[in-house]
Amino acid sequence: MSLHVDIRHRQGDFELQVAFDSPQGLTALFGQSGSGKTTLVRAIAGLLRPQQARITVGGTVLVDTAVGVFVPTHRRRIGYVFQEPRLFPHLTVRQNLGYGRWFAADRRAAADDARLVEMLDIEPLLTRHPGSLSGGERQRVAIGRALLCAPQLLLMDEPLSQIDAARKAEILPYVERLRDELKIPIVYVSHALDEVVRLAGHLVCIGNGRLLATGPTAAVLTRTDLPMFARRPDAGAVVAAEVLGHDAHYRLTRLHCAAGDLWVPQLDHAVGSQVNVWVRAQDVTLALQAPQEISALNVLTGTITSIGRADDSTAMVALDCNGLSLLARVTRLSAERLQLRSGLSVHALVKSVSFPLAAGNAAA
Amino acid sequence: MLSPDEWTALSLSLRVAAVAVLASLPFAVLAAYLLARWRFPGIVVIDGLIHLPLTLPPVVTGYLLLLSFGTQGFAGRFLAEHLGIVFAFRWTGAALAAAVMGFPLMVRAIRLSLEAVDPRLEEAASTLGARPLWVFATVTLPLIGPGIVSGMILAFARAMGEFGATITFVSNIPGETQTLASAIYTYTQMPGADAQALRLTAVAVAVSMLALMASEWLARRGRKRASGA
Repeated sequence: MSLHVDIRHRQGDFELQVAFDSPQGLTALFGQSGSGKTTLVRAIAGLLRPQQARITVGGTVLVDTAVGVFVPTHRRRIGYVFQEPRLFPHLTVRQNLGYGRWFAADRRAAADDARLVEMLDIEPLLTRHPGSLSGGERQRVAIGRALLCAPQLLLMDEPLSQIDAARKAEILPYVERLRDELKIPIVYVSHALDEVVRLAGHLVCIGNGRLLATGPTAAVLTRTDLPMFARRPDAGAVVAAEVLGHDAHYRLTRLHCAAGDLWVPQLDHAVGSQVNVWVRAQDVTLALQAPQEISALNVLTGTITSIGRADDSTAMVALDCNGLSLLARVTRLSAERLQLRSGLSVHALVKSVSFPLAAGNAAA
Repeated sequence: MLSPDEWTALSLSLRVAAVAVLASLPFAVLAAYLLARWRFPGIVVIDGLIHLPLTLPPVVTGYLLLLSFGTQGFAGRFLAEHLGIVFAFRWTGAALAAAVMGFPLMVRAIRLSLEAVDPRLEEAASTLGARPLWVFATVTLPLIGPGIVSGMILAFARAMGEFGATITFVSNIPGETQTLASAIYTYTQMPGADAQALRLTAVAVAVSMLALMASEWLARRGRKRASGA
């Protein structure tokens, strides 16, 4: 089931004109505040009537202004998790969770509901009122409430933006589980790169109402022609890896990715599980010849695909390491001395790898 | 303690006020919703009409009621012919007068609580599959419940005290249209009836105090509930 959006909408001086497709899994809608992200998701949910649009979910037309179709919000079956939890204050957590079921035509199996409640860890909160919950708990209940009416699409509009960092780290694993275990597409709005890196398989970047880039997250993030990424001090590449094993003696974990194996400080993930790691451009050093007798454990080989300017003194070099995209930030001086150019084979020394929004981001 | 005549006046007052409040409640909710949520030209006129009984001399309101709902009035004739409802010189007329006088107070209380309801909660309900009428019934209405109750209490107290419009519209007929207020008025005009007048005054004070205290208590409870504690 996929989402297709093509929208044109003017609101005062602001014009939104964006078209994108989002496949199965989690798609991040990424952009600065004021770029039009919320307007876009409100149009998808039917809370806003766009001037010109065609929006379909899994083949069902929700909006088509050309033929005058506009399905009202309550018949769209789209779950919406807002920035603030918006729980009903006069109902208990259990009643909040059950609210959507009064209206759902096809009732889900009770077992599915129980599993969702368990997945989100809200069982102990059921008899309480929203006013007595913490911010993180409220947002978990809001996520559960949106999902319990069996939506065909889940919209999450910066669900973590009003929550402190510790609570964020507490909720993110739940979102990951939903992404991996539910069969519905999720559109996740965010302006926080670390959330996007950790969660999204697909990325839609918008700025000032226009589409800037769209595609698989790893590919979009390593484009050197997008100032919104290349200019960031923490620009880098997201690397999908599998946990190969742990070395208890040296307290290290061995990961496998398309470009080869990586040693990282010990993780608590089980062997065989998938992790997204973040390799920052400034933590990657380039060498023309295979470096020998160095302390860095991780050396990958690849080919330069493009070179862009990051700022006045540094250049952003994109590499293709056996299908995996990496970014390296080097000074413009070094780029000229080494005569870096597209097609050149290089060795990339990865000094450190971080884990988006994990408890501790450590160096390798 | 009270004489049979005084009891009649008190119970008639209670009946008139109760009927006035209950019958006007749906209209008050509708009017409050209109004023709080809708923006259209002419809303100022509707707002003004609803609030008119607050500023008009009650005698004027009563006279206007007599002109329109009396036996010769256009509305009075229509209702009598088609629905068999007669207002003129009946206790139902007293209830109508009380309802009209209490209406602005009830609308005001409900409107204020409606404006305090977060429309984002209603949006959330619609994304969960609730059609607009259900959103109103399951989210808006429970949240404005305390406002409705306090509006009803205020209107009830106003109805209990209604005098000018009632006496102008339906006169002062013992057992039919003589409410607590008109009974007190009658006693004050009678030589040697000070004791009766005082007794009924004490009753009126007690009823009003109770209504205000109940309204305050409900408002406080409502605030607590709306904050979700």
